[in-house]
Amino acid sequence: MSLKERVANILKNDLLEITESKGDVCVEISRQTLVNALKRLKEEGGFDFLSDLLGIDNSDLYAKPKKKKKKTEDGTEQEQEEKGPPPPRFEVVYLLLSLSTNERLQVRVRVPEDDLELPSVTSLWRSANWPERETFDMFGIRFNGHPNMRRLLMWDEFQDYPLRKDYPLEGKGEERHLNYNIA
Amino acid sequence: MAKEIETVCITTGPTEVGDYVTLNIGPIHPAMHGTLRVITKTDGETIISAKPEIGYLHRGVEKLGENLTYSQFLPITDRLNYCSAICNNVAYEMAVEKLLGIEVPPKAQLIRMIMMELARIADHEVCVGILGVDLGALTPFFYLIIQREEIYEIFEWHHGARLTNSMGAIGGVEADLPDRFHEKWPRMRDSIRKANDDTDKLLTHNRIWMDRTVGVNAFCGDDALNWGFTGPMLRACGVKRDLRKNEPYLLYDKVDFDIPAGKHGDVFDRYMVRMLEMEQSVKIIDQAYAMYKELPEDAPLMKKVPKILRPPAGQIYHAIESPNGELGFFIRSDGSDKPYRIKIRPPCYMVYQAFDDLVKGEMISDLIACLSSLNVIAGELDR
Repeated sequence: MSLKERVANILKNDLLEITESKGDVCVEISRQTLVNALKRLKEEGGFDFLSDLLGIDNSDLYAKPKKKKKKTEDGTEQEQEEKGPPPPRFEVVYLLLSLSTNERLQVRVRVPEDDLELPSVTSLWRSANWPERETFDMFGIRFNGHPNMRRLLMWDEFQDYPLRKDYPLEGKGEERHLNYNIA
Repeated sequence: MAKEIETVCITTGPTEVGDYVTLNIGPIHPAMHGTLRVITKTDGETIISAKPEIGYLHRGVEKLGENLTYSQFLPITDRLNYCSAICNNVAYEMAVEKLLGIEVPPKAQLIRMIMMELARIADHEVCVGILGVDLGALTPFFYLIIQREEIYEIFEWHHGARLTNSMGAIGGVEADLPDRFHEKWPRMRDSIRKANDDTDKLLTHNRIWMDRTVGVNAFCGDDALNWGFTGPMLRACGVKRDLRKNEPYLLYDKVDFDIPAGKHGDVFDRYMVRMLEMEQSVKIIDQAYAMYKELPEDAPLMKKVPKILRPPAGQIYHAIESPNGELGFFIRSDGSDKPYRIKIRPPCYMVYQAFDDLVKGEMISDLIACLSSLNVIAGELDR
């Protein structure tokens, strides 16, 4: 049985989409079933090692094709917008690894901009501790149930989320306005 | 906020929580490797908790990657683990090559292997040498650092840089092995082995060394896997896992080598694993060099790739076994000439987050021994 079939068997209805790019299989699951699905992948699927966890800001990705359609035709563009709201802005990718079969699997979850929350998986893998903090630091996605949901790389007083696509490369000049309340 | 700042200062008196003393080690401290900072809570000399604070060397490498083309990002990867920059370069190149779907000519693969194993030896030599210095043994450091200089000489002949190598390019390597390598390697192999032997004689059965390392920070394999340990740290805990064997890349499946593994995961086992791995690396270089010799002299070094790379849209993750463990690059491409998102998975990031678990209940002097044996590189940790 191929990896795709096995994963589909384990996830059943929780599986929203399964894609493959250059041999890397990526499955999409919804936020509500995240912890349950990952637990089943860990226990039944043998994906017992969490390599890493990362956030992605998709806002630029969705902005691109729309511009192209505007140039060609006005009518199609309107139809596109009527179809519904654009997909959620953020996504979080979990990189899983099976130690017994050496197979890798990407699991992605979409997170809408107006509700930046995800359940934490630190109860399944303790290695998710810092990556989740970093994702919060860089994208502002909160992980519920994390033991220490604080910024990791940036300082605690930092206001913005630097890896979002709308954050400028040169920063917003925060380093010139460091306000520490030293008692 | 004011409470947070209090921990920044070194407080010497008892604090309000019990009679513990909060001691702040780093970020600027001679015993800390780079800009690392640990906030420890101590009861006398015993550590109650040790919370690492990172980010002092954060340069936004991933943000930079999104704003540079694929080839422009290569020199930035040098600045991750600067002890073995070549492994970072090759890991990034291989990730982009996977995204492009190209295979590198065998000669380039062999040169990459030889250079990577040399970098691995150099990295382990630094780690073991510094571990000795931190525990008060200065002599082995000189034996090992001389050998590292010899290795850096080869790097300099090959691509002109010693520390920030930027070796190769996406699609292969830019130059053949330097002529002087052929006469230097047989001599160097012996001198590396001799330096390791000398270090081994001075340290391994030394009473003081064993007192300082055996049983310090012992860690079990299951915990290590749960915390995401890879590389020598994981193998010291008794789990035989090496990406060169488990997920072979380049031509590692054609060379014969062993995976040294420890049992207890203590500082001594980590030291031994690194020492034995250097021996295995010498073995790999010998075999790779023999394979290299069989290839014709005018064999191609580069696969032809366009000057401006535009990989097809998709997302991949590719990991290699760097000296510290699994070094992975996650790249998402949207079809343009710049990566849409780059995520680096540094090996010591996962190891260092378990620092509290590792040193809890040990003495402050063991914290320094533990930190040296982890081989945490701030450049890679903070990115």
